[in-house]
Amino acid sequence: MITLTKDTMQIVREQDVVPFRNRVREYATKIGMSLVNQTKLITAASELVRNMLKYASGGKVILEIISKNAQSGVRLTFVDEGPGIENVQQAMQDGFSTGKSLGLGLPGARRLVNEFNISSTPGQGTTVTVIHWKHGR
Amino acid sequence: MERIPILKMGSFLLVTIQVDLYDRLALNLESDLINMVSKTGARGVLIDISAVSIVDSFMGRILGNIASMSRIMDAETVVVGMQPAVAITLVELGLTLQGVYTALDVEKGMELLQKKIDLYAPQSEDEEEQSPDDYTD
Repeated sequence: MITLTKDTMQIVREQDVVPFRNRVREYATKIGMSLVNQTKLITAASELVRNMLKYASGGKVILEIISKNAQSGVRLTFVDEGPGIENVQQAMQDGFSTGKSLGLGLPGARRLVNEFNISSTPGQGTTVTVIHWKHGR
Repeated sequence: MERIPILKMGSFLLVTIQVDLYDRLALNLESDLINMVSKTGARGVLIDISAVSIVDSFMGRILGNIASMSRIMDAETVVVGMQPAVAITLVELGLTLQGVYTALDVEKGMELLQKKIDLYAPQSEDEEEQSPDDYTD
């Protein structure tokens, strides 16, 4: 897998969400992703960035255009130094939320993208990596 | 502070969301709409989201909230103009907007609202006008 373009965005306030989503759209458009796949990726990104703001009061996102076996895709890595998630398996279940939300964020985001990875250490932070390929598979 | 304008037309309130909503703006819209329903005694709320390219779980919850709150205030809510890519993404995300009426466009949305309201309105006048015709047949 090779990285073609790379950029980092700091997310500290809720006003950062819309510019961040626009940046993701820019990347997705650049590789010619279809509208439906773009929408899925941006919606997933929106959920994840919202989680980051809510539970870790912000963090950073690494945006990359990657290429593997002649297929290009967008990879987003969400890194925060928040409280971490005690039970990742539980957090990935539909309807589970420690906050007052619907509990769709993490499991929903996983359904919307092609590859989803989460690792978390309580007390140190959470890293979520998602990849969405140009053709959505 | 930036706000989404709410238009009053007869017994309906119309809202066209033209920008990507950040959280504060969405929450303002929610409270503004409910206040307007109470102040004007509106019987229907029509929300046009045809210019909205991303609806995530937060935004979905706001739409659901507006519908439930309006119903308690004796007004029906119709969301119109959802982009196909947004609909596909919402369902995969796990958000089915239960309890929110939807229509394809503003025209159909207005028809739907009118029907919902006629359903509850007294029909005595119509019946009186129609009854003579009925008897002549």
